[in-house]
Amino acid sequence: MSDWRTRLPAVTGHRLFWPVVALVLLLVANAIYRPSFLAVEVKNGHLYGSLVDIVRLSAPLILVALGMTLVIATGGIDLSVGSVVAVSGAVACLYISRQPDQNSLGSVLVALAIALGIALLLGLWNGTLVAVIGIQPIIATLILMVAGRGLAQLITSGQIITINSDPYRMIGVGHVLTLPFAIVIALAVTLLVALLTRRTALGMIIEAVGGNAEASRLAGIRARRIKILVYVASAACAAVAGFMMTANVSSADGNAAGLWVELDAILAVVIGGTSLTGGRFSFGGTVVGALLIQTLTTSVYAMNIDPQTSLLFKAMVVIAVCLVQAPAFRARFRRRRSRGAAPAAPVGENRKEQVAA
Amino acid sequence: MRITGNSLTRRRFGAIMAAGLLATGLGACANSDTGSGGGGNDDGKIVLGFSQVGAESGWRTANTTSIKEAATEAGIELKFDDAQQKQENQIKAIRNFIQQKVDVIAFSPVVESGWDTVLKEAKDANIPVILTDRAVDSADKTLYKTFLGSDFVKEGRLSGEWLLEETKSATGPVNIVELQGTTGSAPANDRKKGFAEAIAANPNLKIIASQSGDFTRAGGKAVMEQFLKANPKIDVLFAHNDDMGLGALEAITAAGKVPGKDIKIITIDAVKDGMQALADGKFNFIAECSPLLGPQLMDLVKKVKAGEQVPERIETQETTFTQQSAKEALPNRKY
Repeated sequence: MSDWRTRLPAVTGHRLFWPVVALVLLLVANAIYRPSFLAVEVKNGHLYGSLVDIVRLSAPLILVALGMTLVIATGGIDLSVGSVVAVSGAVACLYISRQPDQNSLGSVLVALAIALGIALLLGLWNGTLVAVIGIQPIIATLILMVAGRGLAQLITSGQIITINSDPYRMIGVGHVLTLPFAIVIALAVTLLVALLTRRTALGMIIEAVGGNAEASRLAGIRARRIKILVYVASAACAAVAGFMMTANVSSADGNAAGLWVELDAILAVVIGGTSLTGGRFSFGGTVVGALLIQTLTTSVYAMNIDPQTSLLFKAMVVIAVCLVQAPAFRARFRRRRSRGAAPAAPVGENRKEQVAA
Repeated sequence: MRITGNSLTRRRFGAIMAAGLLATGLGACANSDTGSGGGGNDDGKIVLGFSQVGAESGWRTANTTSIKEAATEAGIELKFDDAQQKQENQIKAIRNFIQQKVDVIAFSPVVESGWDTVLKEAKDANIPVILTDRAVDSADKTLYKTFLGSDFVKEGRLSGEWLLEETKSATGPVNIVELQGTTGSAPANDRKKGFAEAIAANPNLKIIASQSGDFTRAGGKAVMEQFLKANPKIDVLFAHNDDMGLGALEAITAAGKVPGKDIKIITIDAVKDGMQALADGKFNFIAECSPLLGPQLMDLVKKVKAGEQVPERIETQETTFTQQSAKEALPNRKY
């Protein structure tokens, strides 16, 4: 009993407690509205159901948010991810559409390599502007956010490029062992990045740079190199997300692909408990945040909430999650409920130790 | 100290770089065919200043091409400006046209409101204005000569009327799902209205779900996926544009249903991919929303320049397509 009592605050105090609660509540609300919402059946040899849709559609957001987490951990921000999504998708689709045999795996791989290469260059551009030239990240990446979308439209010549390529479609709508391939990619990348940052010193170095770039430099960390690295990683993640989004509909739309995804990604990172001021980050939180945002979008469709009010509905859920998650708000709420109770634990201090991948 | 100084110069250098980049960017934005200057009246040609919304879709690109080609054909000198979806660019372009004393100004307003001042300036300079494709909400109708564009309500109505005819013999209820365009946009509001009015004639026809798919394929697909899961019996899909319909196609196929047969699909626009789907039997009906208003616009420009009276509102010449007529029309489609 006492064991349970001491553990409860540890659970409710965990950074991910409230986002997970919100996610579960949303799913429950959906299930009440339509009991079959949670049903997952096997259709044509793979899983089929609203939950599977949520997982599949959240894959690109998870990827973009993953890159964003790294950037934000260094105290930066990357507004250009939506444009990188559009550019990479456009390049890949354009290349495939020019091939005599769109179903050839070889040419799809070449297309992916070219598009990824261009995305890496775009990331390098961002990183150089921020780390070498010293422009503020929000301004530096704003340049590519605006220019990149123009670039994507230039690549597609303002048209929607439709392709008919089974290997490429696989990235967006394919299945591996009955699971959507997209989420397998997203989780594999998440795991890889988590291993790279949490099982080596890299994660600590990134947090050090985000905490105080100058101090970390004096301590012998090549802060500049780390900063460039995170922007390149962010662009790479965005590129893969771009492949997924364009493969999902087998077409590249330079104007609409990845539009506003940067805001969703930042939101996912914030909901996940990564501090916008840099210094500490959580991939697990980011994944939960991305799932929550996609569940919210899908709920609007599944519950057929009037489009005029759906934005308000989304905003209210997000505000509720952010508020209930904020230690200051919770502390005030608790104090009001039971005056004289012990003040909230100094969460900020404890948190740094619990950071898990 | 040395470090601080160094980083300061670097920061300043960065700022200069950024300013330079922005300036180049702005330069590119303002780059248009308006630079030739002068009245342009010297050779007796009519000069038309046209400000386009942007190049946001295949539809818009076809619209631009049509206007440029029609101008060349009609012997009208065209000063073309691309506003890149920004109202301030468009206002700037119109002021440029006024300064250059063009004969007629035409433009597709990015948004509906906020045009009174600049339109008044044009009126004071005695330059007639023609609106194309999208309307403005100015109370003073004398600020522009005429509006040339599609009737979105009619497009919705034509779609609904086709469905009425198609389901004439149906005895049970016909379940319809609707994919709306961007919430609050004129085409979404009007197409929804026209369709609802038309199908009201038959109480069997019922819209059981309606959501915004933002006029995009990805949006159409994501919404349709949930529609299919929430409603076991869907007979008809009405999408406010081809692209959402094309996205929904994928969702329908993934759900193990046959688009065009199990679920009848009605869309609006008739862009190339949509026409292809119609010809392939995946769509059932498309009401056209034609971007090819160039020739009609040039006729209007000549009439307005000659001082002739023109109607307040002129509809673009448009038609509708069934699977059969799509097959015939497809080889000659320009967009």
